[in-house]
Amino acid sequence: MKPLALVGRIAQLVPVLLGVSVIVFVMMALTPGDPVEIMLADQQATPQQVQAMRHDMGLDRPALERFGVFLGNALTGNFGLSFFHRRPVAEVIAERLPATVELTLAALLLAIAISVPLGVVAAVKKNKLVDRLAALGSLFGISLPGFWFGIILIILFAVHLKLLPVSGRMEFACEVPAITTLVTIDSLLRGRPDCFANALSHLILPALTLALPMAAVLTRVQRAAMLEVLRSDYIVFAQAKGISRRRVLWRHALKNALVPTVTVAAIETGSLLGGNMVVETVFGWPGLGRLVVESIFVRNYPLVQAAVLFYAVTYVLLNFIADVLYTMLNPRVRL
Amino acid sequence: MHSTRSSVTEMSTPLLSIRGLKTCFPTRAGLVTAVDGVDLDVYPGECLGIVGESGSGKSVTFASVIGLVRSPGYVADGSMQFDGIDLRGLNADGWRTLRGRDIAMTMQDALTALNPALTVAEQIEEVLLAHATDLPRRGRRDAARARAIEMLRLVGIPAPDKRIDDYPHQFSGGMRQRIMIAIALSCRPKLLIADEPTTALDVTIQAQVLDLISDLRRELGMSVVLITHDLGIVAEHTDRVAVMYAGQIVEAGVTRELIDRPRHPYTRGLIGLIPRLSDLDAPIKPIEGQVPELIGLGGTCRFYDRCDFRASRCRTDIPMEAAGLDHQVRCVRVEESLQ
Repeated sequence: MKPLALVGRIAQLVPVLLGVSVIVFVMMALTPGDPVEIMLADQQATPQQVQAMRHDMGLDRPALERFGVFLGNALTGNFGLSFFHRRPVAEVIAERLPATVELTLAALLLAIAISVPLGVVAAVKKNKLVDRLAALGSLFGISLPGFWFGIILIILFAVHLKLLPVSGRMEFACEVPAITTLVTIDSLLRGRPDCFANALSHLILPALTLALPMAAVLTRVQRAAMLEVLRSDYIVFAQAKGISRRRVLWRHALKNALVPTVTVAAIETGSLLGGNMVVETVFGWPGLGRLVVESIFVRNYPLVQAAVLFYAVTYVLLNFIADVLYTMLNPRVRL
Repeated sequence: MHSTRSSVTEMSTPLLSIRGLKTCFPTRAGLVTAVDGVDLDVYPGECLGIVGESGSGKSVTFASVIGLVRSPGYVADGSMQFDGIDLRGLNADGWRTLRGRDIAMTMQDALTALNPALTVAEQIEEVLLAHATDLPRRGRRDAARARAIEMLRLVGIPAPDKRIDDYPHQFSGGMRQRIMIAIALSCRPKLLIADEPTTALDVTIQAQVLDLISDLRRELGMSVVLITHDLGIVAEHTDRVAVMYAGQIVEAGVTRELIDRPRHPYTRGLIGLIPRLSDLDAPIKPIEGQVPELIGLGGTCRFYDRCDFRASRCRTDIPMEAAGLDHQVRCVRVEESLQ
């Protein structure tokens, strides 16, 4: 791959980020409510105090000017202070990000582990029982709302069976020093299998909740791609070579049939990183999604702005990764 | 069937013997009998040409032989004996052992037959790793690779040790065809089914690829079935030929004899389509009409609707009959039509 392609992709980010900033800024400005009044709600502040605080935070200036200041600072990597944490926004986001990344990766791995084999088998056994069951399962996965499925899982595994914790990411007793900041991996690297088990027990339900609808979509995509590939001449030719059926399916067919799955998986991962507010809230997962939800409620403008920008960057980046994966799967594509 | 044989086939038993082969495809319109009662023999070391239009059943006949009739098609009747093996009695494992090792196939378009996502190296080596029993136990992969490079050299790929790691799309059409032939021949099969090996190529490359197949046939001592719609190719490269029409063989014989003295009106029509150097000004006369639908045929000569010599006694199932030295034809009006 040429480095030029990467530069091109990064250049594409500029208008995207600018547009996203404008939209978020306008929407936040139009949303009724005042962060200062929310912050000082229980403190019986005088109008003078409120005014002083608004001035401190720059909220008394016109919206356009505030946007200009925000943009200027953002260009230098400064996203301002989080109103409520009194700390730089970037720092607050960085603190919450690993939990979301860990949850997303777990959901992605789970979804791929379910959907790729299931899609292949469904295609090979087209219209047979396995295929019908996979179709039915996919329909469920696509139709069931995530929060509902999450709550059902909590009721079943945490409340009734008491097998898994209700919420959170890890018990406090299990604080391991960070290496990768992903607690499952860190606890393994630090030689704490007990903590790994604990982290995993917290992770599994929210990951499953996110993975199910994703697996449902990916199974359909994988099945369709596989059916298409199985009709092609090179599969007949591969069979004519007398190589094992396993090799024909999992090497010759799957390598070609993974291309659409990778695309959809990348898009889905983007929306998971930026869209699992509901699941994080249901499971009390200390991730970015929940932080953004809380921040919207209290009109924490700088944090919401920065988080949305981060989502946009992630999305473009994931699409780029998908393109790189294409070239590995399909050598005819050159970036 | 063959009461008399040409010199090529004399004194030998057939490598492949097909009797009464019937292959069907269920469709919404009804059951299509794509191959209907085909008898064929392929002798060791010979090149048999199969000629016919698209839809005549020539490809399906040999898809049946290698057990790769596309779903939902199936072999409905008949027997196929290959080198002492009853092909219709093979299970999946039996087919896997046979394919690639004893019977190999090349397809019409190498661009679609080679896997675009795998390197040429992998696509040749996997055949060797699946079948070659004489590879050393240690360093099997290296030995397979060395042999793959050797095969590519044999079919005339320049710098094969460097190009072997390329992908199919990085080769020209003619080179891809050679690669497909290298794959098919890598385990020295007894029978090569070459399905339209040159249709996708331009004329100069066509000749090179066909000469290559002929040379390798002599070198490896294998039999070749050359499926084509081009009688010119048949005339130049085959020992014997069978002409197929609407799922049946309508004429079969030694190539020279059949080209010089075609008996069936259809074959004569086909030969009439080849411009003759001696008579370039003569207009090329096309065969009017088209191949009939292959549903519920029977009770009549299949060429009836397009035949210039049709008569009331053609309205019955016509058997193959001897029409000369190692020459059979499926026509009851040969004598009349030749006058």
